[in-house]
Amino acid sequence: MEGTDAMKLAVALIVLLPLAGFIVTLVFGKRMGTRAHVLPVALVTATAVLAVYAFEWVFRHQEEPFVWDAFTWLVAGRYEVTWGFQVDTLTGVMLLVVGIIGMLVHYYSIGYMHGDGGYYRFFAYLNLFMFAMFVLILANNFLLLFLGWEGVGLCSYLLIAFWFPKKTASQAGKKAFLVNRVGDFGFTLGMLLIFVTTGTLQFAGVFDKAEMIGAGTLLWICLLLFTGAIGKSAQFPLHVWLPDAMEGPTPVSALIHAATMVNAGVYMVARSYPLFMHSNTAMLVVMVVGTFTAIYAAYIAITQNDIKKVIAYSTVSSLGFMFMALGAGAWAAGIFYLFAHGFFKGLLFLCSGSVIHAMGGEQDMRKMGGLRTRIPVTFWTMMVGAVALIGVFPFAGFWAKDEILFADFTHHYYVVWVVGVVTAFLTAVFAFRMMFMTFFGESRADAEVQAHVHESPKVMTIPLVLLAIPAAALGVVVGWPPEEGWIHTFLEPVFFDVEHEEFAWLGTGGALMAFSLVVALVGVYVAYVMYLKRRELPAQLAARVPWAYQASLRKMYMDEVYEVAPIRSTIAFSNWLWTGFDVLVIDGIVNGLARLWDWVGAALRQLQTGRVQNYAFGIFAGMLALVIVVGCIWGV
Amino acid sequence: MSWQEQIGFPALSVVTYLPLAGVLVILALHWLRRPLAKLGAEGAIAGAAGRQTWWPTTYKVISLVTTLAAFALTVWMLFAFDKASPDLQFVEDVTWVERFNIHYSFGIDGIAALMILLTTLLGFIVIIGSWHYVKDREMGFFISLLLLQTGMTGVFCATDLFLFYVFWEVMLVPMYFIIGVWGGPRKIYAAIKFFLFTLVGSLLMLVAIIAVVWYVNRQGGGLTFDIRALGDVVYPYRLQFWAFLAFFLAFAIKVPMFPLHTWLPDAHVEAPTAGSVILAGVLLKMGAYGMLRFCLPFFPDAAVDFVPLVAALSVVAIVYGAAVSLVQKDLKKLVAYSSVSHMGFVTAGIFASIAVAGNAAGMEGAILVMFSHGILTGALFLLVGYLYERTHTRQIAEMGMLATPLPVLAGFFLFFALGSLGLPGLSGFVGEFLSLLGLFEYSHWLAAIGALGVILAACYLLWMYQRVWFNDRGDKAVTPSFSMRDFSAREIVSLLPLVVLAIWVGVYPNTFLDFLHTPVQHILDQVGPSIESARGGAVAQLIEATRGLF
Repeated sequence: MEGTDAMKLAVALIVLLPLAGFIVTLVFGKRMGTRAHVLPVALVTATAVLAVYAFEWVFRHQEEPFVWDAFTWLVAGRYEVTWGFQVDTLTGVMLLVVGIIGMLVHYYSIGYMHGDGGYYRFFAYLNLFMFAMFVLILANNFLLLFLGWEGVGLCSYLLIAFWFPKKTASQAGKKAFLVNRVGDFGFTLGMLLIFVTTGTLQFAGVFDKAEMIGAGTLLWICLLLFTGAIGKSAQFPLHVWLPDAMEGPTPVSALIHAATMVNAGVYMVARSYPLFMHSNTAMLVVMVVGTFTAIYAAYIAITQNDIKKVIAYSTVSSLGFMFMALGAGAWAAGIFYLFAHGFFKGLLFLCSGSVIHAMGGEQDMRKMGGLRTRIPVTFWTMMVGAVALIGVFPFAGFWAKDEILFADFTHHYYVVWVVGVVTAFLTAVFAFRMMFMTFFGESRADAEVQAHVHESPKVMTIPLVLLAIPAAALGVVVGWPPEEGWIHTFLEPVFFDVEHEEFAWLGTGGALMAFSLVVALVGVYVAYVMYLKRRELPAQLAARVPWAYQASLRKMYMDEVYEVAPIRSTIAFSNWLWTGFDVLVIDGIVNGLARLWDWVGAALRQLQTGRVQNYAFGIFAGMLALVIVVGCIWGV
Repeated sequence: MSWQEQIGFPALSVVTYLPLAGVLVILALHWLRRPLAKLGAEGAIAGAAGRQTWWPTTYKVISLVTTLAAFALTVWMLFAFDKASPDLQFVEDVTWVERFNIHYSFGIDGIAALMILLTTLLGFIVIIGSWHYVKDREMGFFISLLLLQTGMTGVFCATDLFLFYVFWEVMLVPMYFIIGVWGGPRKIYAAIKFFLFTLVGSLLMLVAIIAVVWYVNRQGGGLTFDIRALGDVVYPYRLQFWAFLAFFLAFAIKVPMFPLHTWLPDAHVEAPTAGSVILAGVLLKMGAYGMLRFCLPFFPDAAVDFVPLVAALSVVAIVYGAAVSLVQKDLKKLVAYSSVSHMGFVTAGIFASIAVAGNAAGMEGAILVMFSHGILTGALFLLVGYLYERTHTRQIAEMGMLATPLPVLAGFFLFFALGSLGLPGLSGFVGEFLSLLGLFEYSHWLAAIGALGVILAACYLLWMYQRVWFNDRGDKAVTPSFSMRDFSAREIVSLLPLVVLAIWVGVYPNTFLDFLHTPVQHILDQVGPSIESARGGAVAQLIEATRGLF
């Protein structure tokens, strides 16, 4: 195979450079002070170049993926796992997303994190994240994928809890890790089941045997893997960590909680396509969970007042959209959406960061407004992101979203299609509610803050512009024409044998497209009326249906449910185990025995009379007893 | 293979007795001090050493040198070790008591080799870690540590049942003193509890040893205490059943398995740091080691019948230990209960792998958990000790926001906590994954319950981490009231070897797994025939038997 050695080097460097950056920066970063970012940023830039190189390689070798088992990881009994890597077209797409957005976020962070006490720590963690994320997407077996998977989870923990002196931040970090662990519990069991069933964890080996796995086992495997995806990609009911994760610095939200890590679940399910495609039930579950999460999160997003929370719930909703696509059998469309979403959602987050930066740390949209002219670059780039999100022709989201809805419709999942359209409508409403509340109308900030509003430095705005370009144009470039765009042919080797509907401009396809465009525009208009023109309307509506308003505002009470059911009950049960069982029962018996012995000893002391006759009798009786016992036992 | 062929000197004895030699040197110098002082030499030596406290420094350096030498020799031995050979290696054999055919015989297989590596590693690390820890009767403390190491190494080296038992008991004494003399406020209670629990087990084991040796002798096998020879005998089921139970109880107390674990939290809380490290790092492993060495090869039929019971108890231990850890208020108790949970993976892996033919993964995983738990929990206890030296409390509620004054300590703590909660890439994950894999082959449902322990591990460790190092008391920042210095070079040096090993085992566990393939296969071959003829229902048999007694 041509150029494999170069690819080996590239893959090794993609993984090792950020790791080296992490170690060096962690150990020596403090001494580098405000220049701590130089090495991490340089290394990530190099990594991005290498990622593009790897993409270019796979672009030229679409049919035969690059597979490389670097060295064995563990060998035990009949099992073996390697440090093995692979680059196929799916990995190629992910490499672009992670490499490019990762690099831009690093540059952006130079400005955003400037002057923070943990400056070096931040860049060290970011580099560690890049390492883990690259391992995740480059792995050629489930266990190595899991290593990256847990690694990104760790970085997520470290970065959400980055400002650990804040209680909410350290709380949110822990929550993210623990909720993910619940998902990983399923993932682990799924891996064990795969391992025991097929004898390997290597993707190629497992997928070769996919057809031979019994239907029941396969369903279990898929559902268990999907549990992991539910945790990582924040699907209902394990979505609760993602909104809280907004406690982390905004570049983290953009990189980890929008563009890359949260997509890992989608990626993993897509990667396991040969397993899922043989289990219709599992596909149905994926679709239902995704669909429900999409509309559920969109509904919550409508009433949130924290600008980052809006985007966070939007991300949950978008991830639901991706799962909806995968479950409906629109695999390439799902990845297409992931690809586009990475750019426009990353962009939205970075823009929100720029807004927060301008507002001196304020995140509440009720105290914003009228920023359009004050921070024009942020405004225009964010507008691109918003338009791409709600799917206005010809921006990126438009093509991806419509392919998904098209697939729902043509695969006869009409209910799902309806929910998808409603979600699209809600998305348009909350996205433009955010835009109108932030950038339009009069400013609601106090004079102090107003006076200090300023556009962010170049190091932050240039990444915004660079991200706005793909957010705007990516759809046309890779998704045109619908259903037959480049992304479809490119992913063909991974998603082989997928059924394809013809997209007819003057038929179902065109009609659906036009319809969803209208829906999006109506959503924008509704937002315009409610949040710009007649601003008393939302309050009136909330008063009319308070339960609906409260349910959305309180995030459907999921945090409360979790607080009571699993958390408090576990702690109460554990407390009972400790004080009730460990101390009372077990140690009670132990100490009771000791006391009994004490008592027996005290009683036996009476026997020590000092008379030889008594002792002689004792010896005799003892001997007799011994003889009898021994005789009975061994039958002498 | 004998030592003559392999390394040129009786390496096992040297490794075992080096610490003892250190003790002798210390004592000799100690006795020479008074005469020396009379001659006015003390002043000269102190002057030469440049300080008044030359004597404590001297015996500490002697301790460090002997333990470091033992560690270095162990590493050398591992390089000379033939991993493919099923024979015992570095064998030394001298007749000790001719009358009873008792031999002084040493020899190791791959499992023992790893355990000795762990023992000698932690041996020198606790010397470094305790450099300034003890204030009272310091020399005795270091002597106890050295004696303890000799005893522990001997347990792993001995291939004669009698010799094994001697080391097993000898080892208890220094540990008893370490807890009882240098322990916390309830040290006497803890020390006696530790001693009695272990002693009950030891006595049961002694009875079983006598029964086994007596049986072999009566069958015409001649009087022998050779472990391998005794292991090859096929014992009648009735004897197997009871002897297994006796051995098993002795080792289960040591592991400790639920519900025999309650001595452990008390012992840990009261023990000084070094005691906790050795207790968790090495002593607990002896229980599992004993099961591998005796319970399985000697009594395979009984062992197979006990699998359901032991596997279930192990899984209970995993979840129970983790759940109880969650609500601990004392840092050391938290780590102690987490040991119960982690050791559950060990017993689960060992017994699951003898339930299904060809299931080596579980046992290899279990042994790797033993090794990795020694590294990670040893490190965590060291860290708790270092923290205690600064805060003078171990109550989680009295801490908070310590990451601000102690960032390096916080970093190390996080590293080992992550290892302990099974982060892939660090040592904890590999062993626990393999152990779960073995358990999964035996029973999907038990493995699923066991995997819950992994969630809970993250819960108790991260919750603890948040309360100790981050802010958990509301939005106003808590400033620690202690004036604290961050890690010293000595403390970092004591932890770096453990960091390296934790990553090594996590990234390339084959270095260590390679030692295990042959001995594990050997054990499985011995148990193999019994899997076919398993009658099951050890519990029912036990109930039946006890009914017979009354």
